Amino acid sequence: MVKSLRKWWPLFLLPTALSFAFGFVIPFVEGLYLSFCRFISISNPKFVGISNYVAALADPQFAHSFWLTALFTIVITVLINVIALAIALCFTRKGLKGSNGFRTVFFMPNLIGGIVLGYIWQILINGVLTIVGQQLLALNTVAGFWGLVILMLWQQVGYMMIIYIAGLQSIPSDYLEAAKVDGATAWQTLWKVKIPNLMPTITICLFLTITNGFKLFDQNLALTGGAPDHSTELLALNIYNTFYARAGAKWMGIGQAKAVIFCILVICISMIQLRATQSKEVQQ
Amino acid sequence: MKANGNISRRQFVSMSAVAGLGLALAGCGSTGGSSSTSDSGSGSSASGKVYYLNFKPEVDSQWQELAKAYTKETGVEVSVVTAASDTYEQKLQSEMSKSSAPTLFQVNGPIGLKSWKDYCADLTGTDILNELTNDNLALKDGDKVLGIDYVEEDYGIIYNKDLLTKAGYKESDITSFGTLKKVADDIQARKDELGVKGAFTSAGMDSSSNWRYTTHLANMPIYYEFVKDDEEQTGTDAIKGTYLDNYKQIYDLYITDSTTDPAQLASKTGDDANNEFVNGEAVFYQNGSWAWADISKKLGEDKVGMLPIYIGVDGEEKQGLCSGGENYWCVNSQASEEDQKATLDFLKWVVTSDTGTKSLASDMGLNCPFKSAKEPDNPFSKIAKQMISDGKTSVNWDFVWIPSEQWKSDLSNALTKYAAGTDKWDAVKTAFVDGWKTESEANAE
Repeated sequence: MVKSLRKWWPLFLLPTALSFAFGFVIPFVEGLYLSFCRFISISNPKFVGISNYVAALADPQFAHSFWLTALFTIVITVLINVIALAIALCFTRKGLKGSNGFRTVFFMPNLIGGIVLGYIWQILINGVLTIVGQQLLALNTVAGFWGLVILMLWQQVGYMMIIYIAGLQSIPSDYLEAAKVDGATAWQTLWKVKIPNLMPTITICLFLTITNGFKLFDQNLALTGGAPDHSTELLALNIYNTFYARAGAKWMGIGQAKAVIFCILVICISMIQLRATQSKEVQQ
Repeated sequence: MKANGNISRRQFVSMSAVAGLGLALAGCGSTGGSSSTSDSGSGSSASGKVYYLNFKPEVDSQWQELAKAYTKETGVEVSVVTAASDTYEQKLQSEMSKSSAPTLFQVNGPIGLKSWKDYCADLTGTDILNELTNDNLALKDGDKVLGIDYVEEDYGIIYNKDLLTKAGYKESDITSFGTLKKVADDIQARKDELGVKGAFTSAGMDSSSNWRYTTHLANMPIYYEFVKDDEEQTGTDAIKGTYLDNYKQIYDLYITDSTTDPAQLASKTGDDANNEFVNGEAVFYQNGSWAWADISKKLGEDKVGMLPIYIGVDGEEKQGLCSGGENYWCVNSQASEEDQKATLDFLKWVVTSDTGTKSLASDMGLNCPFKSAKEPDNPFSKIAKQMISDGKTSVNWDFVWIPSEQWKSDLSNALTKYAAGTDKWDAVKTAFVDGWKTESEANAE
């Protein structure tokens, strides 16, 4: 089996490699080139050098969207991971009846698409705002921000919970028994035994929540659309609006430049995070 | 030991990197290559092909049938693809990059033309241009004709005849802003007695409805200023806002004599307004001839009428409905000569043949400004025609000169805040006047 694998592995890998090339590498390289051009249709670009990047970085709305997205990502990363870990700890205790059912129920929100979720939550939040006599989402920046946070929590906690459960279940029971024998309290067990062994899981969950937070688009578009006055417009929506809110060839190039900057930012931040948490991983 | 783990991995990584780069270069090369082959290679069939990217999703099936009918009659291949609502620009951009790009598409007016100028063939001297009844409906760039308006639509204040009669008024009672306000205020005061929730339907400011106020209603002050300053053919980079007080009074009327509290308007949709109207909850509903498809499901032709939008300008007794077009056919100048000729022949057939004109008027309900066009099955178009023959002046669609979608969404924001009471009318003025200047400057190349 190992011998034939050694001979045939290129063939097995070829479909995936091709899809990766066509779906990611080629568009990425083309996008990189287009970010230095003016174009209306991508088959006719005109090279213009770095003027797109200058315009993109000079746009105050882009900077505002970036800081808002950073704040949003920090908030949801902390909240999602803490809540998901807490719930996962609840559902891995032995003897809790119906924990499988609970796990399914908590996971289900993750199956609903972003746009549908955004519109439904918009109706719900507007209803609540009306009852408490506050401005509706279209005029309420604070409600828009926290509405987005609540929506993301509702959608993502189940997913992260599943990953944490898998992580918790893979901790060797010897460690937990040894801790119990040594007389550790539940709190000490959590911090000194469970979490260090969970570092690979934490790495993955942090990575997913951070990238999800930065890439958020569907829910942002559906829930607030950036209203009022682009104050709840996250980065991806800002790039989309740069492309389509104004007619003319120059905006496409600027939007493309913003997209490249965005990609580089997300890659850098994720790399930093991965390095930081992977260094804390404990060998089992 | 040959081929242990480390060497294989390095080999694998370098191989896939090379493969990826190679495929990238091959991919870039082939998109350029195939477009030229389709031009030179298809000399085999005498007739070209037509590919129409349709803007109106509500008439997609009718276009498909029309295309089939044409192919049956002439043997020329016609394919019609329709973009989903609100996604035309995106679809057009992606389709245009392909080697088989659309040969027939549309732009929304002079602003949309800025993006697509280089892709529009000059239509001077073509048969389709000759069929146009009104030269103003040709979209020009200098001396070249780059687009042809193919639908004339009208909008105004649709009203429910039965409810208006019940309130004790006739259409002839309303001939100016003053009289409109008098009637609307009276209906609003007696709404419980009349069994309605308000005089006007909700002036919803969500994205499905706000265009009625940021584009269509805003057209009124734009039109009057353009006429006064003779700017209708050229637009302007700096609007003055001369008629903004009139804009304020009509908007105030819409939001006070309404079925809905002004603070709730941010979440009201286009469907809400339509439902309020067809369910008899309101008497007046600002919208256009395209709304007939939804209204006709519940109200008959004799139950509705359309009034001009009066805003309190001198001489408005002679004002008619707002008529114009935002749909300009363009032929792709980058397509092959054969395909362009086939497209022009197709267009001529659509607007002159029996099958074509019947489809446009009866199946699609469109009012087309061509010499052989048939009368559409739409009461609002009939009312518009009647008003013109009565000597009323139509209000042109000067909102096609609005500098960008950004301006419309900023205005929408300001109007919503004003309606909810969180901001003053001055914010609307700023969005209207200062915003116009900023957006025009942003558009400058």
